[in-house]
Amino acid sequence: MARLPAPAEALADAFGPHLSYEPPGGFAARAAPDRKVNTHCCFCGQQCGVTLLVKDERVVGIEPWEEFPFNQGKLCPKGIKRYLQNNHPDRLLHPLVRTGRGFGRIPWDEALDLVAERVGRLQARYGRDSVAVLSGASLTNEKAYLMGKFARLAVGTRHVDYNGRLCMVAAGAGNLRAFGIDRAANPWADIVSTDLVMVLGSNVSECSPITTDYIWRARDRGAKLVVVDPRLTPIARTADLYLPVRPGRDSALMNAILHAVIRLGGVDHDFVERHTTGFDEVRALVERYAPETVEQLVGIPARRIVEAAELWVQAPRTMLLHARGIEHHTKGVENVLACINLVLATGKIGKPGSGYATITGQGNGQGAREQGQRCNQLPGARDIENPAHRAEVAAAWSVAESALPGKGATAPEIVEMIHRGEIRGLVSICFNPLVSLPDATFTQEALERLDFFVAIDFFLSETARHADLVLPGSLHEEDEGTVTSTEGRVIRIRKAVDPPGEARADWRIICDLARRLGKGHQFDFHSPSHIFAELTRVSRGGVADYSGITYEKIERQMGVFWPCPDADHPGTPRLFEGGRFHHPDGRARFHAVEYRPPAEDVDADYPIILTTGRVVSQFLSGTQTRRIGPLVDQYPEPKVELHPKLAGRLGVCDGDRVRVSSRRGHLDLAAHVVATIRPDTVFIPYHWPGERSANRLTLRAYDPIAGIPEFKVAAVRIERLPA
Amino acid sequence: MSVSEGYRLTGELFIDPNRCIGCRACEEACSECPGHGGHTMIHLDFLERATSVQTAPTVCMHCEDPACASVCPADAIKVDPDGVVLTAMAERCIGCGNCVLACPFGVPELHAARDLMMKCDLCYDRTSVDLKPMCATVCPSGALFFGTREEVEDLRSARSLNVFEFGDEVVRTKNHLMVPAHTRVLAVTPTERPPRTPAEQHLEEALC
Repeated sequence: MARLPAPAEALADAFGPHLSYEPPGGFAARAAPDRKVNTHCCFCGQQCGVTLLVKDERVVGIEPWEEFPFNQGKLCPKGIKRYLQNNHPDRLLHPLVRTGRGFGRIPWDEALDLVAERVGRLQARYGRDSVAVLSGASLTNEKAYLMGKFARLAVGTRHVDYNGRLCMVAAGAGNLRAFGIDRAANPWADIVSTDLVMVLGSNVSECSPITTDYIWRARDRGAKLVVVDPRLTPIARTADLYLPVRPGRDSALMNAILHAVIRLGGVDHDFVERHTTGFDEVRALVERYAPETVEQLVGIPARRIVEAAELWVQAPRTMLLHARGIEHHTKGVENVLACINLVLATGKIGKPGSGYATITGQGNGQGAREQGQRCNQLPGARDIENPAHRAEVAAAWSVAESALPGKGATAPEIVEMIHRGEIRGLVSICFNPLVSLPDATFTQEALERLDFFVAIDFFLSETARHADLVLPGSLHEEDEGTVTSTEGRVIRIRKAVDPPGEARADWRIICDLARRLGKGHQFDFHSPSHIFAELTRVSRGGVADYSGITYEKIERQMGVFWPCPDADHPGTPRLFEGGRFHHPDGRARFHAVEYRPPAEDVDADYPIILTTGRVVSQFLSGTQTRRIGPLVDQYPEPKVELHPKLAGRLGVCDGDRVRVSSRRGHLDLAAHVVATIRPDTVFIPYHWPGERSANRLTLRAYDPIAGIPEFKVAAVRIERLPA
Repeated sequence: MSVSEGYRLTGELFIDPNRCIGCRACEEACSECPGHGGHTMIHLDFLERATSVQTAPTVCMHCEDPACASVCPADAIKVDPDGVVLTAMAERCIGCGNCVLACPFGVPELHAARDLMMKCDLCYDRTSVDLKPMCATVCPSGALFFGTREEVEDLRSARSLNVFEFGDEVVRTKNHLMVPAHTRVLAVTPTERPPRTPAEQHLEEALC
C-alpha cells in the first residue's frame, strides 16, 4: 500500500518544500568560520571545486576554491547557494514509518528489521526479482559501487538500475559502440585550444555554466562556435552559426553535415583507413542526405547546413560537445553515433584541441555509470552478459558466477513492471522518479501499487512520500568519497559536518541493511576509503580501470583521469592518442544511422512539438533546489516558452494562462512569449511535481538500445485559458 | 570599513555583456558577503527578453566625477583615494534618493528598510586580503573580470573602455566595459533594440 499516507498538503506542511534563505547564525557567521573544507558542488557533472565554510559544526556558506583547476573559483548560482540545504527545516532527522495519518518516528533497529522482514516476505512469495533497487547518479563512486553490490548480493535481485538512465545512457551506449570505452575523449582544457567548437543539444549556459568560459577562451583565440539547438540559448546567441534544428531530427542533420563534408573533400582518408572500420556503409548512407534533400525535414536551410560543414572542414582542430538535447530521444544512441561519424570521418580526435565529449548531467554522471549499479553492467563498466566479465567480478566478490543475477530491467521498465504487479517491493535512494520520469501520472499509479517501498533520502521527495519507510541518509557534505567529473577526472568529496539528528551516512545504512539480509560478511566496510579500495581492486582489468587511484593521489594531482591501471600511472586526460581506440582491434567503429521519426510526431490534434529541459537555478527533480529560497526566486514556476508567431496564431499574449495538453494529460501554466525558440516548438522546464510537472505531458517511449526516454519530443496542443 | 594600513587597490572590474549568460551567479555571490545582509550590490538585467536572451550585469562603474556624490545634499557619498565611490555613509544618508535619479548607469538602490543608499564598493573587505570580489570570482562565463587592464587585454580579444558619452556629458569611470577592438568611446543613446546577432537571424530563417 503506497498511496500517500496523508493529504499532499499536510505532507507539504510537515516536510516541505519550504524555502531556506539564510545560513544558521545569519550572513555574519560566514565571516568567521571555524574551518574551511575544499570539496565539490553537489549538483551537476561539472563538479566545480568549492570551499565550504563551517561554523559550530554547521555549513554556513561557501567560498570560491580558486586553486581547483577545472573551474578556478567559478560557480553558478546553484553552487553558491547549495549550502542552504544544510540545516534545512525540511531535513529528515529520524527514520519514519507510515502511519494512518502520515509518518511517525521509528527506531533505527526496528526500521532496519522491518526492511529485512518485508523484503524477505515478498521474495519468499514472489521470487527474488520481485524486489527492485533504484539508485542515483548523484551518489559518490563508493555508494554507487555499494548499491550495485547490495542489489545483486544482498537483495539478490537482477532489477537494479539508476536515474542515469534518464541522463547518460544514450551517450554511454554510443561511445561504447564507437570507441569501445565510455568517457569524454578529451579533457576540457582541449576546448580552449581548439579552432571550432560545435555544441549540439546542450544549453551550456544553464546546464553546465562553467563550460561557457572554456568556449569563450577558445573564441578569444579566434575559434568559431556552431550551436545546434531548437532554442536560441545564451551560448547560441553569440554563435558564429546557429542551426535551429527541429526537435527529433538530429541524426538527419548530422548525416547531412557529413554529406556536405564529404562533398567538400573534408574526409581524412588516412585516418579512416588506419584507425576505423565501417566508413563505406556510412558514406553510402549519407549520400542520400544532401542538405537540399533534408532541409525541410530538419527545419534548417541547406546553405546553413553547408556552412556548418565548411566551418568544420576549415578548422584544423575541432571539439564536438553534446548533451541531453540530442540524447533524450528514442534514437538517442543513433544521434550520438551520427555525431561521432563526423568526428571520425575527419580524423579530428585524440589530439590536443581536437576531440569529442558528451557533457554529463548529474554530479557523478560519469562515475555512477561505471561502478555496477546499472541493470546491464558490473563494476569497472563491465558487461553483465559477458561471461568473462561476470567471472572476474564473481571472483573478486568471492561468489560463484552463477550467484550473480543476470541483466535486469531499466529504471523506467522497473516502474512499468511495478505498474503491472511484477515487481512488488522497492528499495530506492537518491531518485525522484515521480518528477523525473516521463508520464508522471503513470509513475504515480505505479508507486501506489507497491507492496513495500523503502526510500533512503535526506528530504522527503515527492516519490518518498509514497514510501512505507523512510531512512534518513546523508547530504553530499556529510560523507567522504569520490566522484568522476564530466572530464573523466576522479575527484575527492570531503566531509564537512556529521549528518544531523539520527540521520546516517548512506553507506552505513546500506551495510546495515545488508547485514540484516544475512550478507554482512560481504559488506564489512568501515569507511568510504575502505569501499574505494575494494572498488579500485575490482575495477582492475575492466574498461573503467581505477586500480591505480588512491585518495592521496587524487589530492596530490587535483584529480586523476581514468583509466589509471597502476600506482605509478599518472592517469589519462586524453583518450585515443595516436588513433588507438579501445575495441580489441584498436579501431573505432562507424555506424550507418538511418533517420527515423520520433515516437510521437505532431498531427492535426496535437500540432505543436513540446521539448523539455532545465533552467539554471534549478537542478533535476528539484528535491534540493526547490528548497533553496534564492534559487526558487530566480524562476519560481514553470512557464511555457513559445514564439510570438505561434502565440499570435493561438491568440496568446505574454503572461496569459494557457493549457498545454498531450495524449497523457494537461498542464495549466503561464505563457512566456519569446522570439528565441522555433515557432513550431514550445519548451517547458521539468523540475516541478504534480500540477506543475512537465512530465505529465511526456511519453513513455524509449531508445531501444539505451532505454533513455524521449523527453525532447512530444506532441501537444495549446489553448488560452479564460482570464 | 576596515582596510589594512597602506593598502592600495590595484584591480578594476571589467564587464563583458557579450559573455553574460544571465545566470545570476554574480547576484547570488554578492549577497553572500557578510556586510550585505543577503542583499546584492550587482544586478542582472534582461535587455529585452521578448526578442533576445541578452543579459547584462549592472554594477557601480565608479565614475571619476560621480554624479551621485555631487547631487547628494547630505555629502554622504565619498570617493576614496583609490577612486572607489563608497556606499553612502549611514550616519549622513537621509534616504532622499537623489543619487538614484542622478546616476547615468542606473546603479544605486535605496534600501527603504535601512533608509540607506547601498552600492558596490569593489569589495574592500576581500581585495584588501588578496581576494577578488565575489562576483568576478564566480562569474562562470567571464562576463565579470577583476584585475588590471593589461591582464584582461592579454587574455581577451575584446578591448576595455571607460569613457562614455551621455549626450554632451562625457563620463569617465574606474571600471571598464569590454567592447569590440578599436572602440574608443561609447555613445550611450536610446535605441529601439539592440542589433540582432547572426544567430538571431539564423533563427528567423528556420523552416517550419
